[in-house]
Amino acid sequence: MSKYNKSLSGVSVPHHKNTSEMKIETMPVPDKVYLGMSQHMGAPCEVCVKVGDEVKVGQLVGKPTAFMSAPIHSSVSGKVTAIDEIIMSSGMKTPVVVIEADKLQTLDESIAPPVVNTREEFIEAIKQSGLVGLGGAGFPTHIKFNPKNPDQVDTLVINFAECEPYITADNRVGVEQADHVVGGIKTTMHFLNIKNCIIGVEDNKPEAIRILTEKTKDEPNIKVQPLKAIYPQGGEKVLIYHTTGRVVGEGQLPADVGVIVSNVASIAFVDKYMKTGIPLISKILTVDGDAVANPKNVEALIGTRFVDIINFCGGYKAEPRKILMGGPMMGIAIPDDTYPLLKNNNAVLAFTEAQIDTRPETPCIRCARCINACPFQLMPASIEKAYNAGNVDQLKKLKVNLCMECGCCSYVCPAKRPLVLVNRLSKNMLRASK
Amino acid sequence: MQNVLIALVPAVVASVLIFGFRALLLEVICMAACVLFEFLFEKATKRDLTIYDCSAMVTGLILALNLPPTLPIWMAVFGCLAAIVLGKQLFGGIGMNFANPAIVGRIVLLIAFAQPMTTWVLPNAFNFGADLVSGATPLGVLKMGEAVDLSYGQLFLGLRGGCLGETCILALLIGGIYLIAKKIISPIIPVAYLATVFVASACFGRDPIFELLTGGVVLGAFFCATDYVTSPVTNKGKLIFGIGCGVLTILIRVFANYPEGASFSILLMNILTPHIDALTMSKPFGGAKE
Repeated sequence: MSKYNKSLSGVSVPHHKNTSEMKIETMPVPDKVYLGMSQHMGAPCEVCVKVGDEVKVGQLVGKPTAFMSAPIHSSVSGKVTAIDEIIMSSGMKTPVVVIEADKLQTLDESIAPPVVNTREEFIEAIKQSGLVGLGGAGFPTHIKFNPKNPDQVDTLVINFAECEPYITADNRVGVEQADHVVGGIKTTMHFLNIKNCIIGVEDNKPEAIRILTEKTKDEPNIKVQPLKAIYPQGGEKVLIYHTTGRVVGEGQLPADVGVIVSNVASIAFVDKYMKTGIPLISKILTVDGDAVANPKNVEALIGTRFVDIINFCGGYKAEPRKILMGGPMMGIAIPDDTYPLLKNNNAVLAFTEAQIDTRPETPCIRCARCINACPFQLMPASIEKAYNAGNVDQLKKLKVNLCMECGCCSYVCPAKRPLVLVNRLSKNMLRASK
Repeated sequence: MQNVLIALVPAVVASVLIFGFRALLLEVICMAACVLFEFLFEKATKRDLTIYDCSAMVTGLILALNLPPTLPIWMAVFGCLAAIVLGKQLFGGIGMNFANPAIVGRIVLLIAFAQPMTTWVLPNAFNFGADLVSGATPLGVLKMGEAVDLSYGQLFLGLRGGCLGETCILALLIGGIYLIAKKIISPIIPVAYLATVFVASACFGRDPIFELLTGGVVLGAFFCATDYVTSPVTNKGKLIFGIGCGVLTILIRVFANYPEGASFSILLMNILTPHIDALTMSKPFGGAKE
């Protein structure tokens, strides 16, 4: 980015990166896994196994039903014992395949490193791997890697900001799996014919910066760019602006400004998949929060219930009052800890009463902190007023559709108003009015 | 809000040093009266109690600092009633009022009790207990076409006739800088307001430094015009608001019957705030043009 460009605003949140030095520990296979059919942005998958079927690791259990989707594979070998329904955090119901693990982890016969020679074969391999954006949004990677204008894409930006407090899973990937990260970058650049790569990493991860800089010193086209540790540095448009200076406009995709963004864990997975052919069946996540006995970075199988993961981390040391799937800024509170791990979860945080802000909501005093905190200079307080008045025209004018729901507005609001929630509702209102 | 009270401590101390203990009496009574009226109104209308957010105390104190030292207590209490009930609660309470409640209270008093509200005494600095000597404010003297016999230094320290809290510029600057340093207020409105007063008064051939040091512009710029609820939310809007306050203040000083126009100019700009907001909506990052 040109030094003359002004950085976007945001908020300085306490980092709480308590687990940044903790090595990734692989969790043993749980007794049962629960594979929801909606683990990505887009259409849910269709169950393609029956109760009583024997399945093996990597076997397809959820078949994509639409273009915007990604297949779901069994993370264990064992027997399908039930096909239930689960209510997702979005409030939607989705089928869930329950598999009892035999703990042998027998690989499916079909698994072999993919043979890839062309761009099309590479994208097809990524599609078969079930990879989705592991940073949180869960956007199917094969779609991201296949833009309408492949010739105009000249930069691959690796999202290694990890700007959410507490979460250190990506940091560990950068430190412990730097070879996979660099390998994945080179493979992707090669097959997608992308000239440059910028690894955007917040400067609160010095060890990862040092290792990645060392590993890429002979790669003139791969640049490690330390970024200021300010939330939401990892927001896609924010990251693109701060690494390349390019502005992704309203209604545009990153590829429209010549950029493809990939999360650091996703790109590391690309390398692992190319070498082993094992689809996406596990996830590295941070387990933390003051209710957890031994916070850790854990590699767990997709579909493992959070209660099993937390028990692997010594269980609860105090009564949890709030459990978050994801970080404290954008994570979603879940009703109980029997929820299964999804592909795009990067943390589970359990907090006690002491950590929860229960101050009451008071009237807006128009202090404008929300406007100043918003990286996109939206006006959340005005959006709230327009929403309450049902004024769709005003919502359009205020461009609520640009909101990335980072939560800075709610975070800084002295009146404790649920601004980001109202932004979400306003976006729904806009969509419904069309 | 607590920070605003802290920021006003120097002005309160200065008012007591300059005008004696009656200043403190007025300040305490106004704060108590505002809290009481807020409590009674909210009880009567079964609204949530907001007396603990300190906003009523701030209104009471700012109103008191805008009163002449000799104002009868009952009039001051009436001003508090106007500020809290008329200026704030009838519009829906905190966050909903269109004008700064303290300014509303002051203007109601100024119009209802024109004479006591413009009876000034000269400071009896550090001379507690002595009889107060009546006299005009420097702007009043100027309005009558006479020369003012006060140095910039005296004006800066507040050794002149005037409202309780407006005279000591030093104390107000300390409070204002505290609020800006704590990021409670943005410097845009006060800086734009004061700079405009400076430039506009020079354009009319008046002494710009004198115009800044007298009247209520400094008190108004830091503590009244910066009220979140009644000023624009965007930086551009704040700039327009501050410039508008400055221009109106000088126009009133030069052309109107009143010697001072800070309160009226802030009230008028309060009324324009929704329109300024509508015209200065922020331009979102990457937003397409309409």
